[in-house]
Amino acid sequence: MMNDVKQSTAGNQVSSWRGPWTLLKKELLRFWRVSFQTVAAPVITALLYLLIFSHVLDKHVQVYDGVAYTEFLIPGLIMMSVLQNAFANSSSSLIQSKVMGNIVFVLLTPLTHLQFFLAFLIAAIIRGLVVGLCIYLVAMWFVDLTIASPWMLVAFGLLGSALLGTFGIIAGIWADRFDQMAAFQNFIIMPLSFLSGVFYSIHSLPPFWQKVSHLNPFFYMIDGFRYGFFGKGDVSPALSLLIVAASFLVLALITLKMLKSGYKLRS
Amino acid sequence: MNHPAIQIRDVHKHFGALHALRGVDLTIEQGEFFALLGPNGAGKSTLINILAGLIAPSAGNIAVMGFDVQQQYQQARQLLGVVPQELVFDPFFNVREMLRFQAGYFGLGRENDPWVDEVLEGLGLADKAHTNMRKLSGGMKRRALIAQALAHKPPVIVLDEPTAGVDVELRQMLWEFIKKLNRDGHTIILTTHYLEEAETLCSRVGMMKQGEIVALDSTANLLNKFAGKHLRLTLGDVHLPQEVQSMVRHVERGVYTFALTDMIQIEYVLSSLRAGGIKVIDMQLNEADLEDVFLSLVGNTAAEHKLASQL
Repeated sequence: MMNDVKQSTAGNQVSSWRGPWTLLKKELLRFWRVSFQTVAAPVITALLYLLIFSHVLDKHVQVYDGVAYTEFLIPGLIMMSVLQNAFANSSSSLIQSKVMGNIVFVLLTPLTHLQFFLAFLIAAIIRGLVVGLCIYLVAMWFVDLTIASPWMLVAFGLLGSALLGTFGIIAGIWADRFDQMAAFQNFIIMPLSFLSGVFYSIHSLPPFWQKVSHLNPFFYMIDGFRYGFFGKGDVSPALSLLIVAASFLVLALITLKMLKSGYKLRS
Repeated sequence: MNHPAIQIRDVHKHFGALHALRGVDLTIEQGEFFALLGPNGAGKSTLINILAGLIAPSAGNIAVMGFDVQQQYQQARQLLGVVPQELVFDPFFNVREMLRFQAGYFGLGRENDPWVDEVLEGLGLADKAHTNMRKLSGGMKRRALIAQALAHKPPVIVLDEPTAGVDVELRQMLWEFIKKLNRDGHTIILTTHYLEEAETLCSRVGMMKQGEIVALDSTANLLNKFAGKHLRLTLGDVHLPQEVQSMVRHVERGVYTFALTDMIQIEYVLSSLRAGGIKVIDMQLNEADLEDVFLSLVGNTAAEHKLASQL
């Protein structure tokens, strides 16, 4: 795909990695220019959850032995923010470019569908991880959390943000208007993330709702990420990792197929 | 280097029941300055969108300098610079950033900066290089749009209605710059509503109507073949003799325009008028322009109705 060396009329050799790299750089700059809204705002939101829930529940709820509720809450909040912001980055960038019409500038270029996908995906991962890292650093002022398994944190952080970044690309391609995108956020992303065990262990739920929770991919991402901190979770981290990785692969293949066919973008 | 700049072979496009392109064949050689004319809905923009890879044809194919726009889209798009018709922009960046990004998507880096400067200069954008796209006036946004299409120095440049709603100053500046690019070897393809632009700039013209090319020739040939000369007579409110009515191309406030294929017809018209007792108040003889060719080929039903009601 990238093996052909092209010659521009400027007489310069055209490099095939510079195209996707430029798109990635543009996507990163896009959210960094408005980082007050794209990074600071979600960090504040997460800290407000932390403040309120830990104030109300810290003395009353204990999920794991020897783990205070506030400590239990922090990893879930971090991961929830990582996921929501990875989704927000790719979806809002695409819907804005589509509504403004400036997506045409990318569609006119020789970028392949795979390069297009990778640029939006990596930008979404970075936005998610930057927000997550900021929340972690601020939360460390209040609570001293030890990390049991750093590789699990990295694996779930990367795969989770990749999964939601990909989902955001699908939503961005599919939606034609901002209100359709808002529906995606409010009716899919928010319920799935709030009902994923961020604020509770699913073992505290009635058996039926425990089963339902097992159908929610967000549950595995939150639970696996939390395992990285405490070395324990509601299900085995290997199972969670497998499910998250498989979900990512499926969504990535769907996205690549959509991009290759030109669905909604070139029609 | 022997490939034509653009080769369009039997391109069809259906939008549901609408047959928007009905088998378009067109070859544009490298170095040409070509105009694609036609009324709204003739299929010009559809054809350009297929060329640019923004939509797929229902049948047929297009090649840019020998590269198929679907099968070899990377090479084809590398060679092509398309100025979109709609005034779109990215509100996050300034003009120079946008141009660098645009060149970057095509694989070009800092070595391309002198060209970016030349484009900024040529389009009168140099002092706006650090202005955010959002803060530019409409005319400046249009310039930036054109600059973006040129950022990777494409050998084939397509301008889709570039001067729609644009002030005279920009129009002249733009055409000077585009003419220079054409002299430097870039192929230029232009769609426009301003026929006089096509007439003065383009060496060859294609006219589209209802999804088909209805005329394709050099500008000079088209003018000779279809239009000849125009005799404009100011006559006032009169009833024309039967025998010259068929020669009338246009009537407006007592000024009658007769289309002539031969100079002998001047005498014929004047003698008929004299016989009918009609006085000539003023008289002008003009070369025909593309508008006449356009009207005679594409037809202008509104003008025809008006003519019929006045005769």
